[in-house]
Amino acid sequence: MSATPAMLVAGNPAAHAARLRYVLRLGDTSLVLGQRLSEWIGHSPALEEDLGLANLALDLIGQARLLLSYAGELEGKGRDEDALAFLRDAPEFANLALAEQPNGDFGHTIVRQWLIDSWQLQIYEGLQGSSDARLAAIAAKAVKETRYHYRFSSGWLTRLGDGTPESQRRVQRSLEDLWRFTFELFAPDEVDEQVSELGIAPSLSQQALRWSALIDADLAAATLKRPAALPYPWHGKRGVHTEHLGHLLSQLQHLPRTYPGAHW
Amino acid sequence: MRPVAQAPAAAGARGGAAEVEQRIWAVLAGVPDPEIPVLSIVDLGIVRYVRRADDGGVHVGLTPTYSGCPATDVIRALVRSALDEAGQREALIEEVLFPPWTSEWLSEAGRAKLRAFGIAPPEDAVASPKHLWAAGAVSCPRCGSRASERVSEFGSTPCKAHYRCLACAEPFDYFKCL
Repeated sequence: MSATPAMLVAGNPAAHAARLRYVLRLGDTSLVLGQRLSEWIGHSPALEEDLGLANLALDLIGQARLLLSYAGELEGKGRDEDALAFLRDAPEFANLALAEQPNGDFGHTIVRQWLIDSWQLQIYEGLQGSSDARLAAIAAKAVKETRYHYRFSSGWLTRLGDGTPESQRRVQRSLEDLWRFTFELFAPDEVDEQVSELGIAPSLSQQALRWSALIDADLAAATLKRPAALPYPWHGKRGVHTEHLGHLLSQLQHLPRTYPGAHW
Repeated sequence: MRPVAQAPAAAGARGGAAEVEQRIWAVLAGVPDPEIPVLSIVDLGIVRYVRRADDGGVHVGLTPTYSGCPATDVIRALVRSALDEAGQREALIEEVLFPPWTSEWLSEAGRAKLRAFGIAPPEDAVASPKHLWAAGAVSCPRCGSRASERVSEFGSTPCKAHYRCLACAEPFDYFKCL
Protein backbone atom coordinates (compact mmCIF):
# COMPACT_ATOMS: atom_id res chain seq x y z
CA MET A 1 0.00 0.00 0.00
CA SER A 2 1.34 3.41 -0.87
CA ALA A 3 1.59 6.13 1.75
CA THR A 4 -1.55 8.18 2.27
CA PRO A 5 -1.32 11.98 2.08
CA ALA A 6 -1.88 12.11 5.86
CA MET A 7 1.20 9.90 6.35
CA LEU A 8 3.22 12.04 3.95
CA VAL A 9 2.32 15.15 5.92
CA ALA A 10 2.86 13.50 9.30
CA GLY A 11 6.47 12.64 8.57
CA ASN A 12 7.28 15.88 6.81
CA PRO A 13 7.43 19.18 8.73
CA ALA A 14 7.66 21.23 5.52
CA ALA A 15 4.48 19.64 4.19
CA HIS A 16 2.75 20.23 7.50
CA ALA A 17 3.77 23.90 7.45
CA ALA A 18 2.55 24.27 3.86
CA ARG A 19 -0.84 22.82 4.72
CA LEU A 20 -1.20 25.12 7.73
CA ARG A 21 -0.23 28.12 5.63
CA TYR A 22 -2.67 27.14 2.90
CA VAL A 23 -5.59 26.82 5.34
CA LEU A 24 -4.67 30.19 6.89
CA ARG A 25 -4.72 31.84 3.47
CA LEU A 26 -8.22 30.60 2.76
CA GLY A 27 -9.48 31.43 6.25
CA ASP A 28 -7.94 34.90 6.36
CA THR A 29 -9.28 35.79 2.92
CA SER A 30 -12.81 34.88 4.03
CA LEU A 31 -12.44 36.71 7.33
CA VAL A 32 -11.08 39.93 5.84
CA LEU A 33 -13.62 40.00 3.01
CA GLY A 34 -16.43 39.27 5.48
CA GLN A 35 -15.27 42.17 7.64
CA ARG A 36 -15.13 44.49 4.63
CA LEU A 37 -18.66 43.54 3.56
CA SER A 38 -20.01 44.06 7.05
CA GLU A 39 -18.89 47.71 6.79
CA TRP A 40 -21.81 48.11 4.35
CA ILE A 41 -24.45 47.25 6.92
CA GLY A 42 -26.78 50.22 7.16
CA HIS A 43 -25.08 51.98 4.23
CA SER A 44 -26.08 50.01 1.13
CA PRO A 45 -27.92 51.71 -1.73
CA ALA A 46 -31.11 49.71 -1.00
CA LEU A 47 -32.41 47.57 1.84
CA GLU A 48 -32.29 44.43 -0.32
CA GLU A 49 -28.62 44.97 -1.10
CA ASP A 50 -27.93 45.67 2.56
CA LEU A 51 -29.45 42.27 3.36
CA GLY A 52 -27.53 40.66 0.53
CA LEU A 53 -24.13 41.99 1.54
CA ALA A 54 -24.79 41.19 5.21
CA ASN A 55 -25.70 37.61 4.29
CA LEU A 56 -22.55 37.25 2.21
CA ALA A 57 -20.51 38.59 5.12
CA LEU A 58 -22.14 36.09 7.48
CA ASP A 59 -21.36 33.13 5.24
CA LEU A 60 -17.77 34.29 4.78
CA ILE A 61 -17.22 34.75 8.50
CA GLY A 62 -18.74 31.31 9.07
CA GLN A 63 -16.30 29.82 6.56
CA ALA A 64 -13.47 31.71 8.23
CA ARG A 65 -14.43 30.22 11.60
CA LEU A 66 -14.31 26.68 10.21
CA LEU A 67 -10.99 27.28 8.46
CA LEU A 68 -9.28 29.17 11.28
CA SER A 69 -10.40 26.60 13.86
CA TYR A 70 -8.78 23.97 11.70
CA ALA A 71 -5.64 26.09 11.26
CA GLY A 72 -5.42 26.45 15.04
CA GLU A 73 -5.60 22.68 15.46
CA LEU A 74 -2.96 22.11 12.78
CA GLU A 75 -0.70 24.66 14.41
CA GLY A 76 -1.05 22.90 17.75
CA LYS A 77 -0.11 25.88 19.90
CA GLY A 78 -3.46 26.23 21.60
CA ARG A 79 -4.68 29.12 19.43
CA ASP A 80 -8.36 28.90 18.54
CA GLU A 81 -10.29 30.77 15.82
CA ASP A 82 -10.62 33.85 18.04
CA ALA A 83 -6.94 33.98 18.91
CA LEU A 84 -6.08 33.77 15.23
CA ALA A 85 -8.64 36.38 14.17
CA PHE A 86 -8.13 38.89 16.94
CA LEU A 87 -4.58 38.57 18.20
CA ARG A 88 -2.42 38.50 15.11
CA ASP A 89 -0.86 41.57 13.48
CA ALA A 90 -1.14 42.43 9.79
CA PRO A 91 2.08 40.74 8.57
CA GLU A 92 0.86 37.47 10.10
CA PHE A 93 -2.31 37.58 8.00
CA ALA A 94 -2.18 35.51 4.83
CA ASN A 95 -5.26 36.77 2.99
CA LEU A 96 -5.26 37.83 -0.64
CA ALA A 97 -4.53 41.56 -0.85
CA LEU A 98 -7.63 41.89 -3.04
CA ALA A 99 -9.87 41.03 -0.09
CA GLU A 100 -8.58 43.90 2.07
CA GLN A 101 -9.13 46.62 -0.55
CA PRO A 102 -11.56 49.30 0.66
CA ASN A 103 -15.22 49.11 -0.36
CA GLY A 104 -15.35 52.20 -2.57
CA ASP A 105 -18.80 52.66 -4.08
CA PHE A 106 -21.31 49.81 -4.43
CA GLY A 107 -19.99 48.95 -7.91
CA HIS A 108 -16.43 48.77 -6.60
CA THR A 109 -17.54 46.34 -3.89
CA ILE A 110 -19.37 44.27 -6.51
CA VAL A 111 -16.28 44.03 -8.73
CA ARG A 112 -14.13 42.93 -5.79
CA GLN A 113 -16.78 40.45 -4.70
CA TRP A 114 -17.22 38.99 -8.17
CA LEU A 115 -13.46 38.54 -8.61
CA ILE A 116 -13.19 36.71 -5.29
CA ASP A 117 -16.44 34.74 -5.66
CA SER A 118 -15.32 33.39 -9.03
CA TRP A 119 -11.93 32.53 -7.49
CA GLN A 120 -13.51 30.82 -4.47
CA LEU A 121 -15.79 28.85 -6.79
CA GLN A 122 -12.76 27.27 -8.45
CA ILE A 123 -10.94 26.71 -5.17
CA TYR A 124 -13.85 25.16 -3.27
CA GLU A 125 -14.98 23.04 -6.20
CA GLY A 126 -11.47 21.65 -6.47
CA LEU A 127 -11.05 21.19 -2.73
CA GLN A 128 -14.06 18.90 -2.51
CA GLY A 129 -11.75 16.19 -3.79
CA SER A 130 -8.97 17.04 -1.35
CA SER A 131 -6.97 14.28 0.30
CA ASP A 132 -7.54 16.27 3.49
CA ALA A 133 -11.00 15.14 4.63
CA ARG A 134 -11.56 18.16 6.87
CA LEU A 135 -10.82 20.63 4.08
CA ALA A 136 -12.97 18.63 1.67
CA ALA A 137 -15.90 18.82 4.12
CA ILE A 138 -15.50 22.57 4.65
CA ALA A 139 -15.28 23.08 0.88
CA ALA A 140 -18.38 20.98 0.18
CA LYS A 141 -20.32 23.29 2.49
CA ALA A 142 -18.71 26.52 1.32
CA VAL A 143 -19.09 25.86 -2.40
CA LYS A 144 -22.87 25.87 -2.13
CA GLU A 145 -22.81 29.23 -0.39
CA THR A 146 -20.26 30.58 -2.84
CA ARG A 147 -22.58 29.75 -5.76
CA TYR A 148 -25.16 32.05 -4.22
CA HIS A 149 -22.57 34.76 -3.71
CA TYR A 150 -21.36 34.45 -7.27
CA ARG A 151 -24.91 34.63 -8.58
CA PHE A 152 -25.41 37.86 -6.65
CA SER A 153 -22.14 39.50 -7.66
CA SER A 154 -22.12 38.39 -11.32
CA GLY A 155 -25.76 39.46 -11.65
CA TRP A 156 -24.94 42.91 -10.35
CA LEU A 157 -21.83 43.13 -12.50
CA THR A 158 -23.98 42.62 -15.59
CA ARG A 159 -26.56 45.15 -14.44
CA LEU A 160 -23.99 47.80 -13.69
CA GLY A 161 -21.69 47.12 -16.64
CA ASP A 162 -24.53 46.90 -19.13
CA GLY A 163 -26.44 49.65 -17.32
CA THR A 164 -26.14 53.40 -17.78
CA PRO A 165 -23.03 55.11 -19.22
CA GLU A 166 -22.29 56.34 -15.68
CA SER A 167 -22.57 52.89 -14.05
CA GLN A 168 -20.49 51.36 -16.83
CA ARG A 169 -17.79 53.99 -16.54
CA ARG A 170 -17.58 53.46 -12.79
CA VAL A 171 -17.41 49.66 -12.73
CA GLN A 172 -14.90 49.66 -15.58
CA ARG A 173 -12.73 52.01 -13.51
CA SER A 174 -13.10 49.76 -10.45
CA LEU A 175 -12.08 46.80 -12.57
CA GLU A 176 -8.96 48.66 -13.72
CA ASP A 177 -8.14 49.57 -10.08
CA LEU A 178 -8.59 46.06 -8.72
CA TRP A 179 -7.25 44.00 -11.60
CA ARG A 180 -3.60 44.11 -10.52
CA PHE A 181 -4.55 42.33 -7.29
CA THR A 182 -5.86 39.33 -9.22
CA PHE A 183 -2.32 38.35 -10.14
CA GLU A 184 -1.83 36.54 -6.85
CA LEU A 185 -5.08 34.56 -7.10
CA PHE A 186 -3.51 31.93 -9.30
CA ALA A 187 0.23 32.64 -9.14
CA PRO A 188 1.52 29.54 -7.36
CA ASP A 189 4.32 29.79 -4.80
CA GLU A 190 6.03 26.95 -2.94
CA VAL A 191 3.07 26.56 -0.56
CA ASP A 192 0.62 26.11 -3.43
CA GLU A 193 2.96 23.71 -5.17
CA GLN A 194 3.45 21.61 -2.09
CA VAL A 195 -0.24 21.28 -1.20
CA SER A 196 -0.97 20.44 -4.80
CA GLU A 197 1.69 17.70 -4.83
CA LEU A 198 0.18 16.23 -1.66
CA GLY A 199 -3.28 16.16 -3.21
CA ILE A 200 -4.50 18.59 -0.55
CA ALA A 201 -5.39 21.24 -3.13
CA PRO A 202 -5.81 21.06 -6.89
CA SER A 203 -3.21 22.62 -9.12
CA LEU A 204 -3.67 26.37 -9.51
CA SER A 205 -2.72 26.43 -13.18
CA GLN A 206 -5.73 24.25 -14.10
CA GLN A 207 -8.02 26.45 -12.07
CA ALA A 208 -6.56 29.62 -13.53
CA LEU A 209 -7.77 28.57 -16.98
CA ARG A 210 -11.30 27.90 -15.78
CA TRP A 211 -11.38 31.15 -13.83
CA SER A 212 -10.14 33.11 -16.80
CA ALA A 213 -12.84 31.65 -19.07
CA LEU A 214 -15.54 32.45 -16.52
CA ILE A 215 -14.25 36.00 -16.09
CA ASP A 216 -14.20 36.58 -19.85
CA ALA A 217 -17.76 35.32 -20.29
CA ASP A 218 -19.04 37.52 -17.45
CA LEU A 219 -17.17 40.57 -18.74
CA ALA A 220 -18.65 40.04 -22.20
CA ALA A 221 -22.17 39.84 -20.71
CA ALA A 222 -21.48 43.00 -18.72
CA THR A 223 -19.98 44.79 -21.77
CA LEU A 224 -16.78 45.44 -19.81
CA LYS A 225 -13.18 45.20 -20.99
CA ARG A 226 -10.61 42.94 -19.41
CA PRO A 227 -7.71 45.14 -18.26
CA ALA A 228 -4.12 44.43 -19.25
CA ALA A 229 -1.90 42.64 -16.74
CA LEU A 230 -0.04 45.06 -14.48
CA PRO A 231 3.11 44.82 -12.36
CA TYR A 232 2.24 43.49 -8.95
CA PRO A 233 4.15 44.42 -5.81
CA TRP A 234 1.82 42.94 -3.13
CA HIS A 235 1.80 39.40 -1.90
CA GLY A 236 -0.93 39.16 0.68
CA LYS A 237 -0.57 35.38 0.76
CA ARG A 238 2.99 35.90 2.01
CA GLY A 239 2.01 38.55 4.53
CA VAL A 240 2.97 41.55 2.39
CA HIS A 241 -0.16 43.69 2.51
CA THR A 242 -1.40 47.07 1.38
CA GLU A 243 -1.75 49.72 4.06
CA HIS A 244 -5.50 49.05 4.21
CA LEU A 245 -5.24 45.81 6.17
CA GLY A 246 -3.88 47.44 9.33
CA HIS A 247 -6.81 49.86 9.46
CA LEU A 248 -9.28 47.05 8.92
CA LEU A 249 -7.70 45.02 11.72
CA SER A 250 -7.77 47.96 14.12
CA GLN A 251 -11.58 47.88 13.76
CA LEU A 252 -11.90 44.12 13.80
CA GLN A 253 -9.60 43.61 16.77
CA HIS A 254 -10.37 46.69 18.82
CA LEU A 255 -12.65 45.11 21.39
CA PRO A 256 -10.80 41.87 22.17
CA ARG A 257 -7.49 43.74 22.33
CA THR A 258 -8.84 46.47 24.59
CA TYR A 259 -10.72 44.11 26.88
CA PRO A 260 -8.83 40.80 26.74
CA GLY A 261 -11.05 37.82 27.47
CA ALA A 262 -14.28 39.84 27.12
CA HIS A 263 -17.48 37.81 26.73
CA TRP A 264 -21.06 38.68 25.83
CA MET B 1 -34.42 11.81 -0.57
CA ARG B 2 -34.64 12.29 3.18
CA PRO B 3 -32.03 9.92 4.57
CA VAL B 4 -31.65 11.22 8.07
CA ALA B 5 -34.74 13.00 9.23
CA GLN B 6 -36.46 9.92 10.61
CA ALA B 7 -35.55 7.66 13.46
CA PRO B 8 -33.56 4.73 12.12
CA ALA B 9 -35.12 1.27 12.15
CA ALA B 10 -34.33 -0.85 15.15
CA ALA B 11 -32.98 -3.71 13.04
CA GLY B 12 -29.57 -4.88 14.15
CA ALA B 13 -29.42 -2.69 17.24
CA ARG B 14 -28.51 -4.20 20.55
CA GLY B 15 -31.23 -4.71 23.12
CA GLY B 16 -32.29 -1.39 24.61
CA ALA B 17 -30.11 0.68 22.30
CA ALA B 18 -32.83 1.20 19.73
CA GLU B 19 -35.23 2.19 22.45
CA VAL B 20 -32.79 4.77 23.83
CA GLU B 21 -32.15 6.11 20.34
CA GLN B 22 -35.86 6.43 19.67
CA ARG B 23 -36.42 8.23 22.94
CA ILE B 24 -33.67 10.69 22.04
CA TRP B 25 -35.11 11.26 18.58
CA ALA B 26 -38.39 12.13 20.30
CA VAL B 27 -36.59 14.58 22.61
CA LEU B 28 -34.88 16.22 19.62
CA ALA B 29 -38.19 16.46 17.76
CA GLY B 30 -39.27 18.77 20.59
CA VAL B 31 -36.37 21.20 20.08
CA PRO B 32 -37.47 24.13 17.92
CA ASP B 33 -35.31 25.95 15.41
CA PRO B 34 -34.70 29.28 17.18
CA GLU B 35 -35.29 31.37 14.06
CA ILE B 36 -38.22 29.41 12.60
CA PRO B 37 -39.81 28.01 15.77
CA VAL B 38 -42.58 26.14 13.94
CA LEU B 39 -39.89 23.76 12.72
CA SER B 40 -38.15 21.30 14.98
CA ILE B 41 -34.51 20.60 14.34
CA VAL B 42 -35.57 17.13 13.16
CA ASP B 43 -37.97 18.69 10.61
CA LEU B 44 -35.09 20.85 9.42
CA GLY B 45 -32.96 17.78 8.78
CA ILE B 46 -29.97 18.97 10.79
CA VAL B 47 -29.90 16.01 13.19
CA ARG B 48 -27.59 13.69 11.31
CA TYR B 49 -27.60 10.73 13.68
CA VAL B 50 -28.33 9.47 17.13
CA ARG B 51 -26.37 6.40 18.05
CA ARG B 52 -25.16 4.40 20.96
CA ALA B 53 -21.49 3.61 20.86
CA ASP B 54 -20.11 0.28 22.03
CA ASP B 55 -19.15 1.84 25.35
CA GLY B 56 -22.81 2.75 25.91
CA GLY B 57 -22.30 6.49 25.31
CA VAL B 58 -24.89 8.33 23.25
CA HIS B 59 -23.70 10.46 20.31
CA VAL B 60 -25.85 13.08 18.61
CA GLY B 61 -24.60 14.50 15.29
CA LEU B 62 -25.71 18.01 14.31
CA THR B 63 -24.88 19.79 11.06
CA PRO B 64 -25.18 23.54 10.42
CA THR B 65 -27.46 24.76 7.63
CA TYR B 66 -25.06 27.55 6.61
CA SER B 67 -21.41 27.93 7.68
CA GLY B 68 -22.17 31.24 9.34
CA CYS B 69 -25.65 30.55 10.67
CA PRO B 70 -25.76 32.34 14.05
CA ALA B 71 -28.44 29.91 15.25
CA THR B 72 -25.94 27.05 15.27
CA ASP B 73 -24.58 27.85 18.73
CA VAL B 74 -28.09 28.44 20.10
CA ILE B 75 -29.28 25.12 18.68
CA ARG B 76 -26.39 23.33 20.29
CA ALA B 77 -27.25 24.89 23.64
CA LEU B 78 -30.96 23.99 23.24
CA VAL B 79 -30.07 20.40 22.37
CA ARG B 80 -27.74 20.24 25.35
CA SER B 81 -30.40 21.36 27.80
CA ALA B 82 -33.07 19.12 26.22
CA LEU B 83 -30.75 16.12 26.55
CA ASP B 84 -29.87 17.07 30.13
CA GLU B 85 -33.54 17.33 31.05
CA ALA B 86 -34.19 13.96 29.47
CA GLY B 87 -31.54 12.44 31.73
CA GLN B 88 -28.92 12.22 28.97
CA ARG B 89 -26.23 14.32 30.64
CA GLU B 90 -23.50 12.09 29.29
CA ALA B 91 -24.69 12.33 25.68
CA LEU B 92 -22.11 13.86 23.37
CA ILE B 93 -23.06 16.42 20.73
CA GLU B 94 -20.86 16.21 17.65
CA GLU B 95 -20.58 18.66 14.76
CA VAL B 96 -20.87 17.00 11.37
CA LEU B 97 -19.80 18.95 8.29
CA PHE B 98 -19.99 16.29 5.63
CA PRO B 99 -22.14 15.66 3.71
CA PRO B 100 -23.23 19.30 3.80
CA TRP B 101 -26.81 20.09 4.72
CA THR B 102 -29.19 20.53 1.84
CA SER B 103 -32.72 21.93 1.85
CA GLU B 104 -33.78 18.58 0.38
CA TRP B 105 -33.44 17.17 3.90
CA LEU B 106 -36.33 19.27 5.09
CA SER B 107 -39.03 16.72 6.03
CA GLU B 108 -42.47 16.65 4.38
CA ALA B 109 -43.95 17.57 7.76
CA GLY B 110 -41.51 20.46 7.91
CA ARG B 111 -42.56 21.71 4.47
CA ALA B 112 -46.22 21.67 5.47
CA LYS B 113 -45.43 23.53 8.71
CA LEU B 114 -43.46 26.16 6.83
CA ARG B 115 -46.31 26.75 4.40
CA ALA B 116 -48.81 27.06 7.24
CA PHE B 117 -46.47 29.55 8.93
CA GLY B 118 -46.34 31.74 5.80
CA ILE B 119 -42.92 30.68 4.49
CA ALA B 120 -42.74 29.11 1.04
CA PRO B 121 -40.79 25.82 1.23
CA PRO B 122 -37.92 25.22 -1.23
CA GLU B 123 -39.06 24.21 -4.71
CA ASP B 124 -36.14 24.11 -7.13
CA ALA B 125 -33.35 21.63 -7.29
CA VAL B 126 -30.16 22.75 -5.58
CA ALA B 127 -29.12 26.23 -6.69
CA SER B 128 -26.99 26.47 -9.79
CA PRO B 129 -24.64 29.37 -10.45
CA LYS B 130 -26.98 31.20 -12.76
CA HIS B 131 -27.70 34.87 -12.76
CA LEU B 132 -29.69 36.89 -10.29
CA TRP B 133 -32.86 37.24 -12.30
CA ALA B 134 -33.10 33.64 -13.49
CA ALA B 135 -35.18 32.55 -10.50
CA GLY B 136 -37.87 29.89 -10.83
CA ALA B 137 -41.48 30.54 -9.86
CA VAL B 138 -42.37 30.17 -6.17
CA SER B 139 -45.90 29.54 -4.91
CA CYS B 140 -47.33 32.09 -2.50
CA PRO B 141 -47.86 30.38 0.88
CA ARG B 142 -50.99 32.53 1.45
CA CYS B 143 -53.00 32.17 -1.75
CA GLY B 144 -51.09 29.50 -3.66
CA SER B 145 -50.58 31.63 -6.76
CA ARG B 146 -47.38 30.97 -8.69
CA ALA B 147 -47.34 34.59 -9.87
CA SER B 148 -44.64 35.86 -7.53
CA GLU B 149 -41.50 37.90 -7.87
CA ARG B 150 -38.27 37.87 -5.98
CA VAL B 151 -37.56 41.03 -4.06
CA SER B 152 -34.18 39.91 -2.76
CA GLU B 153 -32.05 36.82 -3.05
CA PHE B 154 -31.40 37.25 0.68
CA GLY B 155 -33.80 37.56 3.57
CA SER B 156 -34.13 37.78 7.33
CA THR B 157 -31.95 34.71 7.95
CA PRO B 158 -29.26 33.02 5.82
CA CYS B 159 -31.70 30.30 4.74
CA LYS B 160 -34.40 32.60 3.34
CA ALA B 161 -35.01 34.87 0.35
CA HIS B 162 -37.63 37.59 0.11
CA TYR B 163 -40.57 37.37 -2.33
CA ARG B 164 -43.79 39.18 -3.15
CA CYS B 165 -47.00 37.62 -4.43
CA LEU B 166 -48.35 39.36 -7.53
CA ALA B 167 -51.85 37.90 -7.04
CA CYS B 168 -52.61 38.73 -3.39
CA ALA B 169 -49.81 41.31 -3.01
CA GLU B 170 -48.51 39.74 0.23
CA PRO B 171 -44.76 39.77 0.82
CA PHE B 172 -43.41 36.42 1.99
CA ASP B 173 -40.23 34.58 2.86
CA TYR B 174 -39.02 31.75 0.70
CA PHE B 175 -36.87 29.01 2.20
CA LYS B 176 -33.92 28.90 -0.23
CA CYS B 177 -32.63 25.83 -1.97
CA LEU B 178 -29.12 25.01 -0.96
